[in-house]
Amino acid sequence: MFPFLRKRMISSAIPLFCVVLGVFFLARMTGNPVDLYLPLSATAEQRAEFSAAQGFDLSIPAQLWNYLVDAAHLDFGTSLRTGQPATEMVLDAFPVTLQLAGMTMLLAITGAVVVGSLAAYRPNSPVDRIASLLSMTAASIPDFWFAIMGVLVFGVSLGWLPTSGTLGGPEIWVLPIATLLIRPFGVLVQVVRGSMVTALSAPYVKIARSKGATPQRVIFGHALRNAVTPVLTVAGDLAVGLVNGAVIVETIFGWPGIGKLMIDSILQRDFAVLQAAVLLTAVTIFALNILVDVCHALADPRVRQAVPA
Amino acid sequence: MSREDPTTADDTDDTGPGADRPTADRPPAARATPHRASWWRMLGRDRAASVAAVVLTLVTLVALFGRLVIGDRAQRQDLDASLRPPSVGDGVYGLLGTDVLGRSVLARLVDAAATTLSVAVPAVLCSLVIGAALGLWAGYHGGRRESVALRVADVILSFPSLLIAVVVLYVFSPSALNIVLILAVARIPVYLRTARAEAAELRSRLFVDAARTFGTPSRDIIRRHILPIALPTLLTVATLDFCFVMLTESSLSFLGIGIQPPDVSWGLMVAQGRQYLQSAWWITVLPGLAIVFTTVSATVLAAWARIATDPAQRWRLTLPTKRRGASAAVPPELIP
Repeated sequence: MFPFLRKRMISSAIPLFCVVLGVFFLARMTGNPVDLYLPLSATAEQRAEFSAAQGFDLSIPAQLWNYLVDAAHLDFGTSLRTGQPATEMVLDAFPVTLQLAGMTMLLAITGAVVVGSLAAYRPNSPVDRIASLLSMTAASIPDFWFAIMGVLVFGVSLGWLPTSGTLGGPEIWVLPIATLLIRPFGVLVQVVRGSMVTALSAPYVKIARSKGATPQRVIFGHALRNAVTPVLTVAGDLAVGLVNGAVIVETIFGWPGIGKLMIDSILQRDFAVLQAAVLLTAVTIFALNILVDVCHALADPRVRQAVPA
Repeated sequence: MSREDPTTADDTDDTGPGADRPTADRPPAARATPHRASWWRMLGRDRAASVAAVVLTLVTLVALFGRLVIGDRAQRQDLDASLRPPSVGDGVYGLLGTDVLGRSVLARLVDAAATTLSVAVPAVLCSLVIGAALGLWAGYHGGRRESVALRVADVILSFPSLLIAVVVLYVFSPSALNIVLILAVARIPVYLRTARAEAAELRSRLFVDAARTFGTPSRDIIRRHILPIALPTLLTVATLDFCFVMLTESSLSFLGIGIQPPDVSWGLMVAQGRQYLQSAWWITVLPGLAIVFTTVSATVLAAWARIATDPAQRWRLTLPTKRRGASAAVPPELIP
């Protein structure tokens, strides 16, 4: 198990590093923040002073080196926009997104396993056809449009749910989570169904049936464990994609999460906050990939043995 | 265009286990007729897929020829006719109502169809060609080339595509060409992984060994022996990916960094209508529905194509309806 983990961690750390580097350079190509933050009437000395104070006058490699050294000390500088430490702003926003994403994935996986298994039990039955069509539709609806429709129907017309904001009871969670949920749910139902159809046609399922196991036992006890590997892989990819959804949902519903923070800091050229937010997201994705690999290894002994000791 | 494709038939045949058997005992008549006939029949068997094909054809036709019909109606303003609800009394262009500047929503939908497809189709084609070529090359050769290609794919995939697009489109101006490029790059890994998996599995098959023994260069083996077998899978993935690309383009346009006015795309129409949501629902609802119809059709068609190109599952579309009824939880030929 441990050689396996070590190997996976090393190979996942390379993408992490590339992402951090890529964002550092891209952010610097968006234009000079000095022009954005100082008034047009600023004198050349004022501009030079501002540049020197923020470290923008150094060469790009020097800026990168400073950035990496500071990052190693968990110091990401201060936000140009608010003057707060970037780390603090990012850590404030992160739990909001994490709660949203965690709740969404939990609901999506649970729901998809149940619906997908039911559909796979009898391929081409009415249940299967309805589940397939619904899941395909769910996976293909644009999330921003779904959110707006939700606001129109449940917020404006019926008045059951708040249209935006984070203050209030559990009802504030309904529309954001529903918006984030549709795509992962739709995709996962199809993946679960696909791999369950394969698993249910395996010989061991036939044996389980013939010794008199109940359908529930056959589905959840025998077939599901063997069908779970592709589901885990796709769920990991979808969790990465949730950041896409979070940007949209947090923008529409006005949630102070990391997606909105990233969009705002890109538009305002707030390098420090952008880098901190991207790094935190990348680390989270890194941790998530490791978690998915561990789950793989737990579910499938072949994965564990595949790694040379 | 599957395992019995003419380009592979004259090779030292791939007598792979199980998967290829069901097609082997087709009647000679079916083998003699061109593929097209049986494709049409299989499409007819799946009602949802037929509808999806019709919808996609319609959307394509509208995108290709719509602008010739509507002329400049999509941009023509008429402030007297601002925010008119859909009605049959206002002529063809008033059928779906007007937006705040009095522009016909129907004409704008037609115009936006062309823009949306002119972004999505080139993006999908670019990533399909590049991703498939790299993936087949990496999968066929294996070793270091394979692991480098996969690592690059991991880097691109392990980062939210929307965010990359936002950063890049903010650095470079948000033109249609840049959107196509960024979407193409973001989706290359999907094809790369699929193509690599197919090629890695095929490279140890007998007919590839035979070709190699005869001294066929690697490039020709990949092109003539591996590509034809991997192509159906890749095309299925591309159909599915078309949805994703369309949705991402809509999201970008919705966020204001995609298609820029005066051009119009379906996502941009949703964004523009959002502030009139309470008084004029049709501006927001209709373009959204257009996106949903197109993407759902592509998904349904991809699901059908996956079954139709898989010899182990094709029986679902070729057996008479009654025999593939609800009782068949397991394909008959798979029961040991």
